[in-house]
Amino acid sequence: MPHLGLLHPEPLPLRQPTADPSNTVLSQSLRGLWVLVHTSRRGGRLHGDPLWVLRGPALRPRPSGSPSLGGGAGGAGGADAGGQGTMFARGLKRKCSEEEAPADPLQRQSLLDMSLVKLQLCHMLAEPNLCRSVLIANTVRQIQEEMTQDGSWCLPGPQTAGRLPRDRLVSTEILCRSARAGPPQAPDPADLASALQAVPAIQVPGAVPAGPWGRAGPGESRGGFPRSLDQVFETLESHSPGTVEELFSDVDGPYYDLDAVLTGMVGGAKSGPEGLETFASAAAPPPGTGCKADLGELDHVVEILVET
Amino acid sequence: MLLSLPALHLQTSEHHPLFQLPHGRLGPWCSPTGSPAPLSCETGCGEGTWILVCRLLVPTQVSLLSMEEDIDTRKINNSFLRDHSYATEEHFRLASFSLPSSLLHWSKPPPSRTWTVVMTYQQDYLSPCLYPLSALSDIISTVEFNHTGELLATGDKGGRVVIFQREQESKNQVHRRGEYNVYSTFQSHEPEFDYLKSLEIEEKINKIRWLPQQNAAYFLLSTNDKTVKLWKVSERDKRPEGYNLKDEEGRLRDPATITTLRVPVLRPMDLMVEATPRRVFANAHTYHINSISVNSDYETYMSADDLRINLWNFEITNQSFNIVDIKPANMEELTEVITAAEFHPHHCNTFVYSSSKGTIRLCDMRASALCDRHTKFFEEPEDPSNRSFFSEIISSISDVKFSHSGRYIMTRDYLTVKVWDLNMENRPIETYQVHDYLRSKLCSLYENDCIFDKFECVWNGSDSVIMTGSYNNFFRMFDRNTKRDVTLEASRENSKPRAILKPRKVCVGGKRRKDEISVDSLDFSKKILHTAWHPSENIIAVAATNNLYIFQDKVN
Repeated sequence: MPHLGLLHPEPLPLRQPTADPSNTVLSQSLRGLWVLVHTSRRGGRLHGDPLWVLRGPALRPRPSGSPSLGGGAGGAGGADAGGQGTMFARGLKRKCSEEEAPADPLQRQSLLDMSLVKLQLCHMLAEPNLCRSVLIANTVRQIQEEMTQDGSWCLPGPQTAGRLPRDRLVSTEILCRSARAGPPQAPDPADLASALQAVPAIQVPGAVPAGPWGRAGPGESRGGFPRSLDQVFETLESHSPGTVEELFSDVDGPYYDLDAVLTGMVGGAKSGPEGLETFASAAAPPPGTGCKADLGELDHVVEILVET
Repeated sequence: MLLSLPALHLQTSEHHPLFQLPHGRLGPWCSPTGSPAPLSCETGCGEGTWILVCRLLVPTQVSLLSMEEDIDTRKINNSFLRDHSYATEEHFRLASFSLPSSLLHWSKPPPSRTWTVVMTYQQDYLSPCLYPLSALSDIISTVEFNHTGELLATGDKGGRVVIFQREQESKNQVHRRGEYNVYSTFQSHEPEFDYLKSLEIEEKINKIRWLPQQNAAYFLLSTNDKTVKLWKVSERDKRPEGYNLKDEEGRLRDPATITTLRVPVLRPMDLMVEATPRRVFANAHTYHINSISVNSDYETYMSADDLRINLWNFEITNQSFNIVDIKPANMEELTEVITAAEFHPHHCNTFVYSSSKGTIRLCDMRASALCDRHTKFFEEPEDPSNRSFFSEIISSISDVKFSHSGRYIMTRDYLTVKVWDLNMENRPIETYQVHDYLRSKLCSLYENDCIFDKFECVWNGSDSVIMTGSYNNFFRMFDRNTKRDVTLEASRENSKPRAILKPRKVCVGGKRRKDEISVDSLDFSKKILHTAWHPSENIIAVAATNNLYIFQDKVN
């Protein structure tokens, strides 16, 4: 699950009136986020691929024209709301929901910002509500998918398509790219990735107390410490304090205090090389389960990442 | 922070025979004018009108104000309340009821004169009893009637359980039937600290479930985020006197002084209700427990957290069976959590659990030990015309309840209540819009987090009416047979004792009729998440933040 909140060094303004997302802190994070979302898009054990729902009615068989309300009880609820309850199946609702649903990119962007802030706050709490975090993360994923489909992202040149094995960290790309790209904006993607790597290590010792699910987030980068994260969860669940130390003895890399990491991110280039080092030394062999995403999607995501 | 309320005059008028000694009953307060003002009303509920029977709220500090003097703020202490000599005031009597100690104290005895009570509410007061509190710890987090309806249990955020008992019927006071008085209070859960994760475990009671009564004692399960406890609530009205080896205070006697033997005799004593924890079921859940459900075999029960469901035997506390586990191998793939679970009321092998994606799975424990594969899967296809970024969030099911017959299940998601027939998995048979006017406000509700509120829903005893809560202290009832519905409000302003509730209406359009409330004036901080319906009569309990309201159908 993307650990979205920690990608931001500071609270995001909820509304970013910018037409070009590529220059903002948020979009940097979002690119990182795309990696996470992409790699976790693998229809797990639970019903349905989370993104499936969003692809449109074609994937959800539903007889056309049949009201989604069953029986004669559909009219119930008409006592209030001006009878709108009965309109549920007839499409008159469309107007209302569209008014509220952020159809235009600016509203969508602000919704995304809000969601990321919420997730960030989640992890600041003593123990985040897992249900809420999952729902917010799913919403973010929805938005991101839609933004991709709309082509709201500027697509970079396909320089790295297929250059690296698919199951390597996509965030490797960020790091490699950033070495070449000038750092016009902060945070440096390298720092971002290093934060992604470093964060799971920091999270668990309780520097920022978070629920078990939250701890999964940063590991999303999948290359980071996926194995470690699984170990982390097993450790946590078995409630054996001893193994926590043992766990992290495997992982090379600086165990930054969360604050240090975040300030490091903001600090920019300075921690860049360190970040790279962190990454390089800590790169665990990729997990056995590779991405099942198709090549096209991967390339697309990589292009986005490389865009700056 | 002290808030003062307008003075309430306590009079023992015939309208309000309130205070009786010494059995621990405290009845409804008078209104300041001394007489209840009836409100005219009709409800569409098909059952008649609803009146407020008693409003049970929790006081922090009761100040006594003499009519002739300035306000003299005192606090009532525990022993005062138990000490009947203070309570023989002519005009002002308080019954004794159990209170947690050290919370209230009397500084000096009240002089005998006519008293006016000024209710003040103290922020950090913890009280199990009866009046409104601004303290967060007294937010009621669960309400449940027992199987006969005689007892009503409430759990709050402070880990306390308060049990109310129904007033016994008496011929000359028929109108008082249906009133509930405090029967017992106890601290069920304490805050804990998980040292491994450096996290505090909240003591908030998430759910209470009663066990059917099998002997003179009552048993209930109460749970917080991590630990389930089985409590035994029993009465004691006799005590043995005349021990040989101990004296009356319980001190051991010097054996040398004992010259005679006697048989201890049971003598009546004041009724005492005691609650003892009989079992503690701990350390089985990594995630937060959201539901518990007693099985119809009365030997097992299940507890469900966000990702797992465990089956327990009441007698065994150090083991449980894991019957559902939806935790993915990689937590990064987590997209769905369990939100509620319940056993079938008659088939001890069947249970359902709901998810955050709006699906319900029915499982049969006979099929396999780990019920990861469902027997039935209930999901309504999404309406594409209503799709938005919030579709998934509002489809998340916050509560699932079997009907008493066992034929139907009811689910509550953010905007609707749905009734499903167990034999039809592809769509619900009935859908009721609870507050559809919020559909256009989802973005704002997402921003203020209200969209994550988990409302519960309940069936009435005959499965003909369903009830659920909403915002602005509104709650809704839907009659499944007549298809009529009503919106009522649980608020202090409208709740003079025996007042009849007026139906409320929310207007969405431009023109607001008199008595309607517009969507924008709704108070989203006042939400009714927890309600309960008496198993056989039309008596409902509604929890509004830290107030508990009990309403009764006037027809009965």
